[in-house]
Amino acid sequence: MFSGLAEKLQSTLRQLRGKGKLSEKDVDAAMREIRLALLEADVNFKVVKDFITAIRERAVGHEVMGSLTPGQQVVKIVNEELTKLMGDKAGVLSAARKGPQVIMLVGLQGSGKTSTAAKLAAFLQRSGKKPLLVAADIYRPGAARQLEILSEKIGAAFYGNLADNPTQICRAGAAWAEKESFDPVILDTAGRLHLDRQMMDELVAIKKTVSPTDVLLVVDAMTGQDAVNAASAFNEAVGISGIILTKLDGDTRGGAALSVRAVTGCPIKFIGVGEKIDQLEPFYPDRMASRILGMGDMLSLIEKAEAAVDRSKARELEQKLLRQQFTLDDFKDQLVQLRSIGSLEDILNMLPEGTGIPKEMRQMSLNETNFKRIEAIIGSMTKKEKIDPSIINGSRRRRIAMGSGTNVQEVNRLLNQFAQMQKMFKQMGSLEQKGQFKKLKKKMKKGFLF
Amino acid sequence: MNKLETFKSSLARSKSGFIERLNFLIRGGDIDADFYEQLEEILISGDVGVHTTLNLVSELKNEAAAKKITDRQTFRSLLADKITAILIAPSQPAEPETIPQLILLVGVNGSGKTTTAAKLAGYYKAMGKKVMLVAGDTFRAAAIEQLEIWSERVGVELIRQHSGSDPSALFFDAVNAAKARGTEVIIGDTAGRLHNKYNLMEELNKIYRVIGRNLPGAPHQVILVVDATTGQNAISQAKKFNEALPLSGLILTKLDGTARGGIVVAIRALLDLPVLFVGTGEMIEDLAPFDAETFTTALLD
Repeated sequence: MFSGLAEKLQSTLRQLRGKGKLSEKDVDAAMREIRLALLEADVNFKVVKDFITAIRERAVGHEVMGSLTPGQQVVKIVNEELTKLMGDKAGVLSAARKGPQVIMLVGLQGSGKTSTAAKLAAFLQRSGKKPLLVAADIYRPGAARQLEILSEKIGAAFYGNLADNPTQICRAGAAWAEKESFDPVILDTAGRLHLDRQMMDELVAIKKTVSPTDVLLVVDAMTGQDAVNAASAFNEAVGISGIILTKLDGDTRGGAALSVRAVTGCPIKFIGVGEKIDQLEPFYPDRMASRILGMGDMLSLIEKAEAAVDRSKARELEQKLLRQQFTLDDFKDQLVQLRSIGSLEDILNMLPEGTGIPKEMRQMSLNETNFKRIEAIIGSMTKKEKIDPSIINGSRRRRIAMGSGTNVQEVNRLLNQFAQMQKMFKQMGSLEQKGQFKKLKKKMKKGFLF
Repeated sequence: MNKLETFKSSLARSKSGFIERLNFLIRGGDIDADFYEQLEEILISGDVGVHTTLNLVSELKNEAAAKKITDRQTFRSLLADKITAILIAPSQPAEPETIPQLILLVGVNGSGKTTTAAKLAGYYKAMGKKVMLVAGDTFRAAAIEQLEIWSERVGVELIRQHSGSDPSALFFDAVNAAKARGTEVIIGDTAGRLHNKYNLMEELNKIYRVIGRNLPGAPHQVILVVDATTGQNAISQAKKFNEALPLSGLILTKLDGTARGGIVVAIRALLDLPVLFVGTGEMIEDLAPFDAETFTTALLD
């Protein structure tokens, strides 16, 4: 997610970072690069313009020119402005004054409203709520049935009635929720074009009837320049209180996130990060800004790791890493644990660029098949080999390949990857000895790496 | 209504965006220094993409200088020619039609595959063909029901299995059924998948191989369904899907919104994939074959 944009911004900013003195020409060149990177990431061109103007103004000002490390100062400004652009606090749902919370989902066709409705219900269930899903999409064939199946899957209540019109459905759903004390009520409305007057009026009517506590616009993260048109049209016609960004697990650079936030002024409240029903997360603007800038999203990673990893095992591993006794067996254990956190790619995306993880490792795809092969290769090694892979010569490689049903190239690849990993941990270990690792950790917690 | 009119009317609903500003810019007056920069901005804001835009504009600049063009009107026809040249698909030699023809629709989640499958079925049925739909999206809840309702509306046969079943096996059965029943066109829906999901792309490749084994030469067309509101990510989609199984072209859906064909220009400029159809609404008949010249004319009119 966001990786393309992050890479571009980083290489631009890296050139600035080392500079002791910054001329106006340096700043201009960097701004041009940032502008192109943002445009290529589908950030709306007007938003880009404002963003660049804001950064440039600060970058050529006293704040930077007078600083001892002007390059780093610019990086800091970009980070701050980016965070500002994405909103300055984590999105939360609005509380209801009385009765249940009513959350209305609106958006274009195919943005992911129905899946998101179910994911949101599952998310709220995890915090002990008893949500009701209401199918207000009477137009798309099978839409109500889709929501009904999903509600059964998560064990949430469902209301739908294809004989009624959407306003009646929503009113009846809300009334039923009040009676049965379901809270919140999630309304899944039909996808529609913002140009369609009649369909937009329908949303207005629903909103008037049920007075939702939140109207959330569901936006596909892969949307291009048009994201701003749709978002502002929905906002003007219906009035939205927040945004849910879907399909962020693709390789989109996600410029729509920046654009939509900027033109509506509404916070991004949740992000969809996968097809599984639990893959909806609250949105944290500062974390996302760090991620875009390649500073990593350590907080999210730590939270996920804490949920998935056995603490004593983790401490043991940390010690092993620092004493540089990390073996292939530990590597395998790690892979198993990593997989319970998420895909390796997701995890690597959350790590800060500065940790020196080689590019090849970042690109190493850890899919199911691959994983099974790695497991088989390691399983075909002797105990001695696992502890000291340097003894694995040509004939051992052939034996391991035969034993695991793979080939020598694959065995070589794995051994190379492992060697790189060991080298990386060695670097981290020496950082620790100099006390720099702690400093780094502290900085990460603050959200910056500079 | 002829083709041009259909295009114009579907485009007319959103004159406020890209096209109107492009027209405003192109109409009358001499070309000044600002003109090219404004043009760049407008093309980018129409999702043409930075790379393609910069190439396009620098080529135009050179040509305009060489041909000593100084007025916007002449420049406009130059631009129209250029965009058409990018969009136009080289005419392909007509292949001998074997029966059944199998068309497989692929794409990311929410791009409009299921609706497009139904529209295509309607399109071929109207041509007098015996059509079969295959509910290949066995993953998304109620996707099968969705296509079932469409198949009833269009009045074509549907081959389906229960939700969660193996799509490869389903297509294997569908091909056998089509052979037995003399079906002429099989249109296969598939589950939406993000192109960076290795396992899901492998699954697609498996479907492709299984179909080819049971029906040599099939699938005869693999069409990537792309939402017209998609930004530059559509290029990555086209590349990655094309790596998983060879694409024959694209269908651009939801062109009745405010997002305007810019992405088509980018895709054609960067990849050798023709746009075959465009979707312009929610009705069965809202699907039209893509025509580069008509499209450009409507775009710049």
